[in-house]
Amino acid sequence: MEVIIPILILAFPLFTFLLLGLCGMKMSHKLAGCIGIAFLGTTAVLAYIVACTYFFSGDPAFIFEGVRQQYQVFDVTWLAFTQSLVVKIGFLLDPISALMLVVITTISFMVHLYSWGYMEGEPGFQRYYAFLSLFTFSMLGLVVATNIFQMYIFWELVGVSSYLLIGFFYKLPSAVSASKKAFIVTRFADLGFLIGILILSYYTDTFNFVELTQNPELVLGTTGGATYMGASVLTWAMVLIFSGGMGKSAMMPLHIWLPDAMEGPTPVSALIHAATMVVAGVYLVARLFPLYCVVDFSLTFICCVGAITAFYAAMVACAQTDIKRILAFSTISQIAFMMVSLGVAYDKPIEGVHYSGLGYMAGMFHLFTHAMFKALLFLGAGALIHAVHSNEYTAMGGLRKYMPITHWTFLIGCLAIAGIWPFAGFFSKDEMLAAMFQRHWFWGAWMTMVAGLTAFYMFRLYFLVFWGEENPHYKEHKPHDAPWQMSVPLILLAGVSICAGWIQFGEFVTWNGEPYHIHIEAPVAFTSLLVAVVGIALAAIMYMKKNTLPEKVKNAWPSLWQAANRRFYWDEIYMFITHKIIFNIICRSIAWFDRHVIDATMDGFAKVTQSVSYRIRGMQSGEVQSYVGWYITGAVVIAAIAWLCFA
Amino acid sequence: MDLSMLWYLVPSVLMLACGIYGFMTRKNLIGILISLELMLNSADLNFVIFNRYLYPGSMEGMVFTLFAIALAAAETAIAIAIIINIYRSVGNTDINEVKQMRF
Repeated sequence: MEVIIPILILAFPLFTFLLLGLCGMKMSHKLAGCIGIAFLGTTAVLAYIVACTYFFSGDPAFIFEGVRQQYQVFDVTWLAFTQSLVVKIGFLLDPISALMLVVITTISFMVHLYSWGYMEGEPGFQRYYAFLSLFTFSMLGLVVATNIFQMYIFWELVGVSSYLLIGFFYKLPSAVSASKKAFIVTRFADLGFLIGILILSYYTDTFNFVELTQNPELVLGTTGGATYMGASVLTWAMVLIFSGGMGKSAMMPLHIWLPDAMEGPTPVSALIHAATMVVAGVYLVARLFPLYCVVDFSLTFICCVGAITAFYAAMVACAQTDIKRILAFSTISQIAFMMVSLGVAYDKPIEGVHYSGLGYMAGMFHLFTHAMFKALLFLGAGALIHAVHSNEYTAMGGLRKYMPITHWTFLIGCLAIAGIWPFAGFFSKDEMLAAMFQRHWFWGAWMTMVAGLTAFYMFRLYFLVFWGEENPHYKEHKPHDAPWQMSVPLILLAGVSICAGWIQFGEFVTWNGEPYHIHIEAPVAFTSLLVAVVGIALAAIMYMKKNTLPEKVKNAWPSLWQAANRRFYWDEIYMFITHKIIFNIICRSIAWFDRHVIDATMDGFAKVTQSVSYRIRGMQSGEVQSYVGWYITGAVVIAAIAWLCFA
Repeated sequence: MDLSMLWYLVPSVLMLACGIYGFMTRKNLIGILISLELMLNSADLNFVIFNRYLYPGSMEGMVFTLFAIALAAAETAIAIAIIINIYRSVGNTDINEVKQMRF
């Protein structure tokens, strides 16, 4: 493959960022938007070319005897600290990075186009496009990283872009605090990630993904059986690396930043906080999957974290009133779904059953389909907010007559996420549930329940927004469909959400590169479909027409409803820990030490100097002749001492 | 009759002592300047004396003295200029009148 195309894929968004960031304010909005869209469109085309070449060319570098290979297009030394500590920058092509190239550039292009309509007339429009380009660059750099250190660098860059975009409306205090919260929480998680990287590379002497994942048993051997607190060093490293993924992918208990991140512009939520950046944690686990396989504990850990998070987020999503928050919690839940799916995948026989790594393929499949329909849902939510100027569903209702395009595309998104045949979500969810049932019936049953909840809360949202009573405000301000820049991405993504499930995904992405033929497991598919239909029916009964049923359910368990509405008090717990414990006890004592020991010493020096100066300042009298007197007396005394000493 | 070094050093010391005394007791700035010149000249004299008696083969002391005289002329010019300015602003040249530069 030509080296120039991969380089251009990374260079175009970076160039756009620099161009719009440095000269954007001198351009008109229209020009800046055109530049952003044009360059991103070119990048998307190049990414498609690369992905198609990788998947379909049949080049032995890419597919050898039916097995897809990892291929480093280039890998150049960037920083060489010592003989072994060398940081490289490169471009790795393998099934998941090619898949992510397509996902990122597609969604990013849709969002660029959509933002042209959505952000029209906003001050700082050019800055917005510059940040979008920065994000796209960072995310592309992350997925094509050849080594874990390059991934870490871009990992932080996407964190920065996310921070900048969440805080885009920097005059709103809520946006500012949300951006800080997102940055601090993910940064805190990345501390674990960094420690994990250091442990892993200390023992293995390499950052390179290919070297690390080609022979995981060898990696296990290099740690020489070193243990720490009862667990092997490799287990610690993998769990710590996963903690970085927990932060980015908003797993419990580090999920608190994602709902607040909805303060950013809605297209940003679609791009960063639904489709691409938040799945970086899933991607990280998938990237290091062979290593996770050799340490059983870490996979079980991922599984448990994912299962708890999925259920928790689904519960909370049922009791929110802000439509973007509902989608945010649904995102958390769906990402947790992928995590569980990866967690149940093994590539080795356990208790006589060979698990074939089905969960890996299914998780990646769901990542792909979820990116499409969740971006669609967020963009649809953006169109709704654009029309009624509020995030609360109480300001909506009965919108299906006013906004037909938004209504139909949103319905397709909801059907896809609920897992209704033949929409995309059905196929990926079915594969995931099949993998979970294969591992243990408990995981399967638990996640089927979560899938039912997903259908319920998504259709609760759908019915509340598009059905029910019309809001009286419509008479003064009639809502209407969005302009073409916003409708076109909605229609395109809706099309993808319908078709994406029919792709033979197993032919492209599997854990070991060998093709896997997807077949629908009838019992699993039937169960999940039934559960989804029940969820939708329940939502329809409760919310399609305004009735007293929701109130009755709410009053039956008031404390449960209240807790779910307040997100099970996680923010309050964090507030308690940070303000009451960390700030009050630890920070206060440190502040006392600073004030009474360190500052006091310095104050002491100053005070002594000052009081001595006050005493002796009378010597500077302004009388020149007295100075001469002092001088001569001094000279005589020194001369006398010298004479006494040396004579 | 050859005079020993002491015969030359004693007048130099006397000149220095007179200079110091004058510097510390005169109230007139011009008088103080003259006393300063006396001290400077005694130092010049020492250069010449030590050069003549201790290192008769070399000329450094003599040359240095000539330099010092030239510098003293320049320094006097500056001192006079300062004194004139003081006279203009204060009205006389009494050192007790210029005590403003203090703490």
